[in-house]
Amino acid sequence: MTRNKTILYAVIIAFTIIAPFAFPNYGTQLATLWLMIIVSLTWDMTGGQMGYNSLGNIFFYGTGMYVAALIAIGLTYDIGDYNSAAGGGIYEFTDAQYFGGLALGVIGAGVFCSLSAIVIGILVFGLRGPYFAIGTLGVAIAAGELVSNWNWVGGGQGIALPVYPGDLDQGKDFFYFLFAAVGVSAFLFAKWLYGTRFGAAINAIRDDEEKADAMGIHTLRYKLYTWAMAAFFVGMAGGISGFQLIHFEPLETAYQTINLGIFMVVCVLLGGKGTLWGPVVGAILFHLFKEITWNYLLGWQWVALGALIVVTVVYFQDGVLGWLMAKRPEWFGIRVEKKVAEQVE
Amino acid sequence: MDQILGNIELLFEFPIVNLKIILDGIMIGALFALAAYGLALVWGVMNVKNLAQGDFVISGGYVSWWLVQHGFPALLGVPAAFVVMALLGGALSGTFIHAWCRSRAKLMIILSCASVLVFIFGVYFEENETFILGLSGDFFAAVSGIVLTVLLVINGGIYSLVISRVIERDLFTSLLATFGLAIMMAQILNLLFGSDTQSVDLGYPTLHFFDGFIDLPIAKLIGVGMAAVLAAGVIIFMKSSRMGQAIRATAQDARAARVLGIDTEKVYAFTFSLNSGICGAAGAIIVMVWLVQPFYGISYSIRAFVIVTAAGLGNLPGVIAAGLGIGVLEQYGAHVFGIGYQQAVAVLLLLVVLLYRLIQQRRNRQVLK
Repeated sequence: MTRNKTILYAVIIAFTIIAPFAFPNYGTQLATLWLMIIVSLTWDMTGGQMGYNSLGNIFFYGTGMYVAALIAIGLTYDIGDYNSAAGGGIYEFTDAQYFGGLALGVIGAGVFCSLSAIVIGILVFGLRGPYFAIGTLGVAIAAGELVSNWNWVGGGQGIALPVYPGDLDQGKDFFYFLFAAVGVSAFLFAKWLYGTRFGAAINAIRDDEEKADAMGIHTLRYKLYTWAMAAFFVGMAGGISGFQLIHFEPLETAYQTINLGIFMVVCVLLGGKGTLWGPVVGAILFHLFKEITWNYLLGWQWVALGALIVVTVVYFQDGVLGWLMAKRPEWFGIRVEKKVAEQVE
Repeated sequence: MDQILGNIELLFEFPIVNLKIILDGIMIGALFALAAYGLALVWGVMNVKNLAQGDFVISGGYVSWWLVQHGFPALLGVPAAFVVMALLGGALSGTFIHAWCRSRAKLMIILSCASVLVFIFGVYFEENETFILGLSGDFFAAVSGIVLTVLLVINGGIYSLVISRVIERDLFTSLLATFGLAIMMAQILNLLFGSDTQSVDLGYPTLHFFDGFIDLPIAKLIGVGMAAVLAAGVIIFMKSSRMGQAIRATAQDARAARVLGIDTEKVYAFTFSLNSGICGAAGAIIVMVWLVQPFYGISYSIRAFVIVTAAGLGNLPGVIAAGLGIGVLEQYGAHVFGIGYQQAVAVLLLLVVLLYRLIQQRRNRQVLK
């Protein structure tokens, strides 16, 4: 069992490293796939493991994008001047300035998003069920609207970042590996976290919050920390996305509530909520479906996507892993006593 | 900042501006209240949080717009949109046929109603002698009959395939499922009618008061009047008809209602179609006094959620008050902060309402301890 797992992980790591060189035409697509994996994995931390279905995790993506860009620009130039020129071309970045800004920006974005998760969390974590979902959705939409009216950060036009210095193909690989690094660390972090007492505590919150409270678990603190961890990774992913896209604007790219904000939820449901591998599998399937419909069903792609969401949510809510778990419990190390199973039936 | 202060000063300097803002707010708020009442219905009765609410509104607007384009009188567009959207929303859904048409006679009644509708279509086209692409009214009557049939099949799909399966399910399910529906509807409207904004011009004059400070288009007055009539009709229906009583009973306790012999499946299907009808009529009014565009739906959905969250379920006076209130507040927000902040004001109001309720609940919990 463990040997098989080791081989599996080795194969995945090898594929991760080889993929951009094996499929050079799909570099950007593969990077986006990692982005989807990161946001679904982190959505599952609160949604699947803790039972708090947030529709507003996209807030951290957009905020991360802005914070990273502003840090990178602010280290070298005046932000207001830079944005009012709207990428007018008079602002040059040296290699050191670019990579320094990127590194500090991405880490800063993660830290800032964690802090904002704690601040917003204090306000919204008292909400339960659908009210939490609507409230967090409201936070994301409001943030997008406010940022698009804030001229100091570029207003509705958004921010134009400097282009990757050097060969552009090499740049694609660079961003792919940045995303992959964040994705792998998010996965390993989640794998470790779910095995600790902390993971048991957030599962207890999902199963029955009142009882968890009564057992002495400080529920608000656990909820805040979990959301802050999720926000850290999403913020970093957002920051990298900003540099990858070069130019972004607030409503359609950064705070894209109805695109990525919902996609991450659908990915998790498709793969299997509350499992470690579910979000990863779901993200891969969803991304494949999305790219295939975008290529071959142009014009109807959104209809197909809406249909996928409806079908997944209504008919297939346990997801691929949930379905497999019911069909083949022995694969997951769940022993089913034959007699008991027969009696139940 | 100076600009904001200047705008606030303007309000005190010219009190008449306040009146204009309040009038505008009440007119748009009346339509928000309609959509919100429909949401309060499905939320309260079926526990379905319909994020496609705004898209039902916009679809109703397009139904009315399409009919007017084909020679239908504009004011009749409102009831027509009500009927078409009610059908689309699930009136003749699989469950409904199952529950309502146990006898063949009832099925015949429905079919004859449909054929009467088709006949009316035909008469309108004949009277207006509309020849499009060299084809006469008969052809369009046939086509509209087919369209109607297709609509019925689709609505059967929406209700029985999606909505009836999310009733009484996990609260998050209906939110996401209807969100998927919303995406699909917006995109289908976009494919059918294009992404331009559309409106219907009634051709009525505009009244001017106070030296032109206040413009009051008669079309808007008619729209608000129609909204009021519709709201009154729904209130009377819910209060006095058997079906209205059954709906309220189901909202209170679905299981007890079933025990007492109420066919809750039928109530659910009816409630959903009533909601779609109300939304459709609201959309038909909106297309007369403002404009519709395939992707405007989400902003109406958000406002409906704000209103219902603020007013609570099954609280009709509260829904109307909150609807008018949010309309007025939004107009004030747009005046003070600039038009770009209008959507932001609506969403921030949602957050304020949620947080206010949260603090209220916290106090209650502490009392319990």
